[in-house]
Amino acid sequence: MSQALLSVDNLSVDFSTYGQTHHVLKNVSLDVPARSQIALVGESGSGKTVTMKAIMGLLRQPPATIAGGRIFYDGRDLLTLPDKERLKLRGTAMSMVFQDPMSSLNPVFTIADQMTTILKYADRRLDRQRNGRDRLARVHEVLTQVRMRDPERVARSYPIMLSGGMRQRVLIAMALLSEPKLLIADEPGTALDVTTQAQILKLLKDLVEARGLALLMITHNLGVVRETSSYVYVMNKGQVVEHRPTAELFAAPREDYTKALIAAVPRLTGGTRFGTAEVAP
Amino acid sequence: MEFLAFLVRRVLWSLLVLVGLSIVIFAIARIVPGDPARMALGPTATAEQVADLRADLGLDRPIVEQYGRFIAGLARGDLGRSLLNERPVASDIRDTFAATFELVLFTIMLAFAFGVPLGVAAARWKDRWPDNLVRVFAIFCAVTPGFFLALLLQILAGYVLHILPTTGRLPPSMDFAADITGLVTIDGLLRGRLDVVLEGLRYLLLPSIALAAATMGQIARITRSSMIDVASQDYIEASRAFGVPERVRVFKYMLRPSFVPPLTIMGLEFASLIGNAFVVELVFAWPGMAAYGIRTILQKDLNAIMGVVMVSGVFFVLVNLLIDVLVGFVDPRVRIRGRRA
Repeated sequence: MSQALLSVDNLSVDFSTYGQTHHVLKNVSLDVPARSQIALVGESGSGKTVTMKAIMGLLRQPPATIAGGRIFYDGRDLLTLPDKERLKLRGTAMSMVFQDPMSSLNPVFTIADQMTTILKYADRRLDRQRNGRDRLARVHEVLTQVRMRDPERVARSYPIMLSGGMRQRVLIAMALLSEPKLLIADEPGTALDVTTQAQILKLLKDLVEARGLALLMITHNLGVVRETSSYVYVMNKGQVVEHRPTAELFAAPREDYTKALIAAVPRLTGGTRFGTAEVAP
Repeated sequence: MEFLAFLVRRVLWSLLVLVGLSIVIFAIARIVPGDPARMALGPTATAEQVADLRADLGLDRPIVEQYGRFIAGLARGDLGRSLLNERPVASDIRDTFAATFELVLFTIMLAFAFGVPLGVAAARWKDRWPDNLVRVFAIFCAVTPGFFLALLLQILAGYVLHILPTTGRLPPSMDFAADITGLVTIDGLLRGRLDVVLEGLRYLLLPSIALAAATMGQIARITRSSMIDVASQDYIEASRAFGVPERVRVFKYMLRPSFVPPLTIMGLEFASLIGNAFVVELVFAWPGMAAYGIRTILQKDLNAIMGVVMVSGVFFVLVNLLIDVLVGFVDPRVRIRGRRA
């Protein structure tokens, strides 16, 4: 067993639908050491989201079944942990930054309401004593950390009153509420324009570095991989096909699939060279 | 502040609708073929008698003046006199409206109190046995005609089991006049007569179940589909990932965004039942306005018909105003978007 903060060891996941079984993950292994920035890249359907859900314990079983493997967090196997212990980690020690700022916030509650609710139940799971006013103060604090100029106004707002970039920052703030050690970011900012996305990624990177968090960035965007990670896992058809330091991977991709992924990035000079990447089923 | 602006805008719209409604009702009453005076007096009346009544009713005046009088009367709460028995229409409607309102109010409360939880349960256990049970039950309720259910309940609870009264609003032996609001249960409470409240509820139960079934089925179905729709939203998955317990997710994060469709259905049903409750009112001898309205139509009592239609229309507008405000309260997007538009 490695010393990584998060370690996925030979994870296999099956999905059963209409009597058929699909092997969606096949012996996936990856390590996220403390304070590291790791990327998990692959096209849609490659299994990166299922990997993320398995780590977070969000897979619906059925239809999913964990066919084999282990997931260690801080030396403890999450898959054999009692539900209660597992819940103590979800949203607290390990936390997710969601992808779509337009749909990941509940439209009918204020930001403050949603964030204090998350905090309330995190406190309860961790047996932390804190009253409503302290929780709201904590909400204002994390909103300031994601560089909101007027955190109190943002907290009072409904999602519809905020821009896409602000909502994405709220989603980051939500993930930071309980001071996690591991952030799992599911393609944050994909739904935003390129400039705003770049700002969001910069903010995320700064926060992760300043607070000494580990970051697992899940994305299909190689530009994001290059900017936000030092080590990268490439997934295709439910398997990790290549994993190396980011700089090395871009300098000399080894696998044909990786080469095809890199070649498929549109270029400003025109003449996009769509690679011959084999499309996952 | 933002909510106040939303409210004012809604009220102004409702006033506009009411003005339009009064014009339409007035126009229809004047356009329908046949002379109301002739219809009231019957074929044996002489031409002078008819002309006298026309003058009496103001039917010989210019149409604009007639409308002016109609509106002036409305403003005073005067709906004219019945062409048949000379009684003021307004007082007839006041008495019967209170009875219908009490019945329909209780009906809607029943439909909502059972429909919403059934819908939530069905959505929570989607495609499992609670869902199947609710769906069959809701369809069954929605398609059973009110009069059939009314007769069935009357026979079962009244004549076979003898557990509930089947006609009227209170036992004839009970000496009580609902003269404050006209609602037996409310007036009973206000006068401190608990026996009246209990009896009133007993009498309300059967007719309101008969009326509520269809609405409850609708509300259960719409709540279910609305909840299922919301359950698949990203923000529900997000709250799960942040460790918000299921109870809170279902009853807070899912129920509130799902609440607008059932609320809207409730408003529409509330308003339309006021006019459509007549079958049940007739079966249970409930002295309500829906049954009164049907009688006046059959007797071609023009002033009374206009009065009933006008009161139903005003009620419809008011209920929808109330529902709009509630929807704006439940869903901030409605009031914020309205402001921007």
